[in-house]
Amino acid sequence: MSNVAQDNATNLKIIARDVKVFYGQAEAVKGISMDIAQNEVVAFIGPSGCGKSTFLRCFNRMNDTIEHCRVTGLIEMAGQNIYDPALDVVQLRAQVGMVFQKPNPFPKSIYENIAYGPKLHGLAERKADLDDIVESSLRRAGLWNEVKDRLDHPGTGLSGGQQQRLCIARTIAVSPEVILMDEPCSALDPIATSIIEELIDELKQNFTIVMVTHNMQQAARVSDKTAFFHLGELVEMGPTNELFTNPQNKRTEDYITGRYG
Amino acid sequence: MKVAEPLIKPVITAGAVQQKVTASLARRHRKERIFKGIGLAAVLASLALVLILFVNIFSKGLPAFWQSAITLDIYFDPQVINISEKPVQAANESDNAFRQRDIEWQTEVGFINFNRLITDSLTKVLPDASQHRRDLQRIVTSGERFALRDMVVQDTSIIGQTRTLHLLTDANIDVWLKGNIDRSLPDAMQQLSPKMREWVQLLSEQGLIQNRFSFALFMNADSRSSLASAGLAGAFMGSLYMMLVVIILAVPMGVAAAIYLEEFAPKNRFTDFVEVNINNLAAVPSIVFGLLGASVFIGWFNLPMSAPIVGGLVLSLMTLPTVIIATRSTLKAIPPSIRQAALGLGASKMQAIFHHVLPLAIPGILTGAILGVAQALGEAAPLLLIGMKSFVASVPGSPFDQSTALPVQIFLWQGNELRNFFEARTSAAIIVLLALMISLNALAIWLRKKYEKRW
Repeated sequence: MSNVAQDNATNLKIIARDVKVFYGQAEAVKGISMDIAQNEVVAFIGPSGCGKSTFLRCFNRMNDTIEHCRVTGLIEMAGQNIYDPALDVVQLRAQVGMVFQKPNPFPKSIYENIAYGPKLHGLAERKADLDDIVESSLRRAGLWNEVKDRLDHPGTGLSGGQQQRLCIARTIAVSPEVILMDEPCSALDPIATSIIEELIDELKQNFTIVMVTHNMQQAARVSDKTAFFHLGELVEMGPTNELFTNPQNKRTEDYITGRYG
Repeated sequence: MKVAEPLIKPVITAGAVQQKVTASLARRHRKERIFKGIGLAAVLASLALVLILFVNIFSKGLPAFWQSAITLDIYFDPQVINISEKPVQAANESDNAFRQRDIEWQTEVGFINFNRLITDSLTKVLPDASQHRRDLQRIVTSGERFALRDMVVQDTSIIGQTRTLHLLTDANIDVWLKGNIDRSLPDAMQQLSPKMREWVQLLSEQGLIQNRFSFALFMNADSRSSLASAGLAGAFMGSLYMMLVVIILAVPMGVAAAIYLEEFAPKNRFTDFVEVNINNLAAVPSIVFGLLGASVFIGWFNLPMSAPIVGGLVLSLMTLPTVIIATRSTLKAIPPSIRQAALGLGASKMQAIFHHVLPLAIPGILTGAILGVAQALGEAAPLLLIGMKSFVASVPGSPFDQSTALPVQIFLWQGNELRNFFEARTSAAIIVLLALMISLNALAIWLRKKYEKRW
């Protein structure tokens, strides 16, 4: 038992301690602490406005772009304090990729969409390397066979589900360690959703994935651990099957049984 | 089994609802029809006004593109053109010494009475008038003697030869022939003497005086001594130089300021203050910018008066807020998801803006900039205050030379005393300005279509 605990301690990817987020005077996230292990898929669930997206966006400091948004507390990513003033946010975001709620491919070709990140960080020395990165990223996102003949077509011309997989391919092209997904399937139909869910299952071999979802079945299907948020607090977090079958907290139980939400 | 009574009784029954809706339908539809009618009427009224404007300008201005010219065989009489050999630079001669000799020679050419060549030629076609040489001389507008001089300066071998030339007639003859003066007016109120009218009649019956395309309108600068050869070249070049200054100064400055304010500037009191003032600046009457230009650029910086550089600076100040506001609203319209996508991949703010936001914003920025430049091009008021309404008889060679501008030229011609000649000339100038504006707008539309991308 102690062995497992130790294993977890050494494999911890993200450590959050007493994280608070303020929008101006309003406190959106009220002192959350959380540990996320390597190669784990963690789902954040909770009713709208409970702070789960806001908390997720702390992990790649996307909240920095919002005016009057202030974050306190400690977040460590692989032992590094990500709010350390000495840390460049560009470096962090190369390490922590993000997939957004609405598919947001650049209005450029499919190839350019994938190649942009690697070019930005100088990951490919030659054109052939870049081609390799583009192909492998698209393959891992399960999109290669659908788009290999039209890499020069605009990414915005794909269907919604394909666009979202393109965005995932774009994210993994820079080989991040953690992928944040903010309701990645909320704009997709059930078939596209199931494809993305399968993809997440494969991606967890190589990446640590933190996702926000409104869909409790989805959380139950794809995640190893689930965290339930309510009114800016982390109510309960545990292995997914335990949380759904045997919630410890009354509020969690009410939410997953559909009492509110 | 008893049907359960509804817990809450509806305030109004379903039938009554239908009745009320039906009763109000006619009123709602009538309101919509009235609104549509008013809108359509407004559109038609403005279209009609534009049509009236265009018909008026074109019917007045188009005839000015053709102008009476007389066809004459000019004999470059060696007895009249009695000059020394045109200087040629000797091998051991310095540039300065040669220029000195050349200027002396040109002065010599300048003293030749080229009018005599014209009058000699006229007496051949009007032999009866040979004793009225001074009057005959007035048939051809006075500026044409310089055209003959330039021909000689260009090529001295022309001396002793005869050339058939189309020379512009006097402005009053053009007016008479185009019927812009009432021919039944008594002699005292006519612009041409009875004798002259007789000659003109004769010459035009012989087909020697004809309407020809007026190259003078495009090739010459303004003129007061030879009204028939007054042209737009000076004003056109002046406007072009000013446009250049505006494009070089206002557009990059405006775009840079807009990007900074929209994307980088912290939102605080200071930027709010700047923003309010930019909006205020856009509302400042243009003539005020002219005052500013006169006191700052001419008064303090001692830039030359009446120069396109100063005009361009003043118009740049005037255009700056337009460009800034247009660029900012374009940047605002770019979906934030594009920015987030780039930032999420680890692009810096600058990279996100320059790689993704700006390319999407370019059509909007270009449209805003070109419309701003077009607005500046049509502006006359501020130019009046920095001396650009002065009469300039030469085409400016650089933005530092004295010049006027197209809208100011329109203003000047509109006030010319020879009303029945310059009314058409003014409308012609308006047509040229309008053509320039419409081409600029067309360019804006074309660029917008070319760079437009969907996201």
